[in-house]
Amino acid sequence: MSPQNNSSITTPQDTYERERLANVHPPSWNNPKPADCYQLVIVGAGPAGLAAAETAAALGAKVALIERHLIGGTCLNTGCVPSKTIIRTSRLYAEMRDAKRYGAQIPDDIRVDFAAVMERVRRIRTHLSSDDSVRRLAAVGVDVFFGNVRFVGADTLTVNEEKLCFKKALIATGARPHIPSIPGLREAGFLTNANVFNLTELPRRLLVIGGGPLGCELAQAFCRLGAQTTIVQDMPLFLDGEERDAAQILSDAFARDGIEVRLNTSAVAVRVEDGQKLVDLVSDDYQNTIAVDAILTGSGRAPNVEGLNLEAAGVDYDAGSGIRVDDFLRTSNPHIYAAGDVCLEHKYAHTATASARIVVQNALFRGRERLSALVIPWCTFTDPEIAHVGLYVREANRQGIPVKTFIILMHEIDRAVTDSEDAGFVKIHVRERTDQILGATIVARHAGDMINEITLAMVAGIGLRTLARVIHAYDTQAEAIQRAAEAYNRTRLTPRIQSRLRRSWTIR
Amino acid sequence: MLGTYSMTPISTLSDEALLDQLQRAAFGYFPQTMNPLNGLVADNSRDNSPVSIAVVGFALSSYPVAVERGWMERADATQRSLTALRFFRNSDQSGSPTATGFKGFYYHFLDIRTGARVWQSELSMIDTALLIAGALTASMYFTADTPDEIELRELVDFLYRRIDWRWAQDDGDTIRQGWKPECGFLHYGWEGYSEAILLYVLAMGSPTHPITGDCYKAWTATYQWENLYDHDYLYAGPLFVHHFSHAWIDFRGIRDSFMREKRSDYFENSQRAAYIHREYAQRNPHEFAGYDENCWGLSSCDGPSDEQLDVSNEPRRLFGYAARGVPYGPDDGTLSAPSVLASLPFAPEIVLDTVRSMIARYPEMLRDGRLSSSFNPTLTDANECAWVSAGHFGLDQGIVLMMIENHRTERIWRLMRDCPYIRNGLHHAGFRGGWLQQPSTPGAR
Repeated sequence: MSPQNNSSITTPQDTYERERLANVHPPSWNNPKPADCYQLVIVGAGPAGLAAAETAAALGAKVALIERHLIGGTCLNTGCVPSKTIIRTSRLYAEMRDAKRYGAQIPDDIRVDFAAVMERVRRIRTHLSSDDSVRRLAAVGVDVFFGNVRFVGADTLTVNEEKLCFKKALIATGARPHIPSIPGLREAGFLTNANVFNLTELPRRLLVIGGGPLGCELAQAFCRLGAQTTIVQDMPLFLDGEERDAAQILSDAFARDGIEVRLNTSAVAVRVEDGQKLVDLVSDDYQNTIAVDAILTGSGRAPNVEGLNLEAAGVDYDAGSGIRVDDFLRTSNPHIYAAGDVCLEHKYAHTATASARIVVQNALFRGRERLSALVIPWCTFTDPEIAHVGLYVREANRQGIPVKTFIILMHEIDRAVTDSEDAGFVKIHVRERTDQILGATIVARHAGDMINEITLAMVAGIGLRTLARVIHAYDTQAEAIQRAAEAYNRTRLTPRIQSRLRRSWTIR
Repeated sequence: MLGTYSMTPISTLSDEALLDQLQRAAFGYFPQTMNPLNGLVADNSRDNSPVSIAVVGFALSSYPVAVERGWMERADATQRSLTALRFFRNSDQSGSPTATGFKGFYYHFLDIRTGARVWQSELSMIDTALLIAGALTASMYFTADTPDEIELRELVDFLYRRIDWRWAQDDGDTIRQGWKPECGFLHYGWEGYSEAILLYVLAMGSPTHPITGDCYKAWTATYQWENLYDHDYLYAGPLFVHHFSHAWIDFRGIRDSFMREKRSDYFENSQRAAYIHREYAQRNPHEFAGYDENCWGLSSCDGPSDEQLDVSNEPRRLFGYAARGVPYGPDDGTLSAPSVLASLPFAPEIVLDTVRSMIARYPEMLRDGRLSSSFNPTLTDANECAWVSAGHFGLDQGIVLMMIENHRTERIWRLMRDCPYIRNGLHHAGFRGGWLQQPSTPGAR
């Protein structure tokens, strides 16, 4: 996906970039001669396409993988990988400034070399791109094509005029940044995840529009790298749909970082004056204008469904919600499936990968695996991180499921205290009067790692009683999960049981 | 108003005498800050304070207590109440930017001389509910067949029936928090347990403009039932949330479907909230000065501020007037003694010791015998005295006065148990059991 504006902000053409392109879109690449008919043709080589290609090829299927831009998709090139990399550096700067909290000296001269920060981003992205390289895919037997895809029939598509026939196809074209329709925004220029990692100079003043995961992560990272950052969100809290206490902790963390937080606020107009971008903000009846040097939009993602001529293949889609699939990820054409951001509500790399594996099973092996059976965790990599899996309380309430939440605050956990990382909590939701886990939210410095234990428990059908018996290494922050399970166990000791126990001791 | 209070050293007072002294001092706030020409009462005792309509509700609730305790003549109390009620009846209800109200609701803050909207404040549903609860308290108390008291009751009935609660739903599932002539309904609603339970009960009890029945269910669907520090409770962070509705409604033994399922009730819940606040202070995760088992209470209150209004990448640590809460914060070391004292009916066994201890350790937060809105022992002056909020806030004094009264005599609760609108509202919300199963007191309205 190329930037829709500010196309002048391109990736610096350095050694790293040349090596990355050699991995994910070699300039001299010649598409192979197509096979007569492929068992699986995959459109899009992001996490979903790659997972499907590797799995299907390993199982002996004849597979074609078609990418119009870069192998690895958003995740590797303009998403998870570069954002986590920049976040790590920004955390380090935050810790340097906060050194006194750890009994350490604040370095005398904390200067951010933004060009070096971004060079590290490019270096690490390039390093990881070797995992997804064309050479590696070709070596495992995948026919890799670069070019634009158009469906021309129910079982045929073209890649740059070359015809490919398939028994089954998977559409995994992903999504692109949704650009809010704010008058003047396009003219003024803006950043999205597609081009923000190309920056080599730090904007002095940055406005982030949208308080979703990407907006929150990058607002905090850029603030910590020294940009005077404002974030506007047209909802009462960040991360719409997330647990409100989690979102509240995030708001507080932002305020501590020095981010200007503007909730319940919309950006309604942008104009350029004297080389700076002036943005009109409206919050109910309060209006003001702020001047910034760059605007980053982080308000959702739009599925890539255009230009594929899906009508010719009989594949139904909607420009907003993407390709329509059933619970088996099959489209309205029974031979064509979809996976990943182009069709899923939860647009995460790991969900894309999981959905692609379902497609391989269902398309090639007549499997009956269901999307709805997946237990999908996710994490927003702010500081603290916010991770969730399963049901939220309000969802359980709506479904009439009585729910109770066991909470352990991170300040109850020794390791969180010793690390001065005690903001946050583990909340585990169970069906009332049982130990069955319905879902969990974790807010902690390493919540993304911690949520995996809950996901495992949910997938394996393990309840809190069992989790309480699992010895957790001391001193770890994940001990909070065991402590929540122990809190559950204590509620089983009702006053009646306690008095019976006391009586039994007396008799002895 | 009759007499004044005299200060006796706290440590020498019996519990009853201490409570009497604090309650009477709290009551003193209302006559002191009331405009006798319109009955409106200031939000706080600082210069140029506007009126808070909620504080007027607390004032109206306080007069019957003062009459019963001999601090005010009944005729005086009636006149003060009548003056305020007449003001609201005659007020500009056009909803214009300088009116007093709209659709029977009132703007949150009013000019104390003219009663016109100030600060571009919102038409406030919850604050109107607190005002009208106070008005209903007056109508339940002033039941004599005298022209004044008859007029008072008629005025209250008129004001209550005029409120268009249904409109405040804005065709949504729950009641909106506010409305402004400049932009219409504010675009956030109520989420999670809060003091709005009183608002919902009043809105469901209305014979004229009730909200739809599933509105309450939609609100309670946002509740969070949590086990925290080994206490099961319905979560709400700031302590005042566990008090305000309870000032008027006796929640002991009555349960809606949520509490029936949880085998608890809202009264017991407020008790657990007090214990959780105490436990939090004992743990004192942010290592603030003063916090311990006898010094706790995070709530909506005044507080020190950074005075950093411009955008700068400096860490923000102080929150000014804010809804501080447990356990998720914000917490800047500021504690609210009035919120602790308001927990008295629920947990007297820990509240009295705490209040004594807080006053003994931080006597500077008791001014004119009244508890200041808040104090912050982490921020001390040159004399090692804790930061103390200047002046007093009407909401603090009102809730302290009412909760002490409910603890001592259950007077407000008993009055309001007989209020037909409250009973109706509770029934519509699905409350059953306890005193709701008993008929109203003979002779009550």
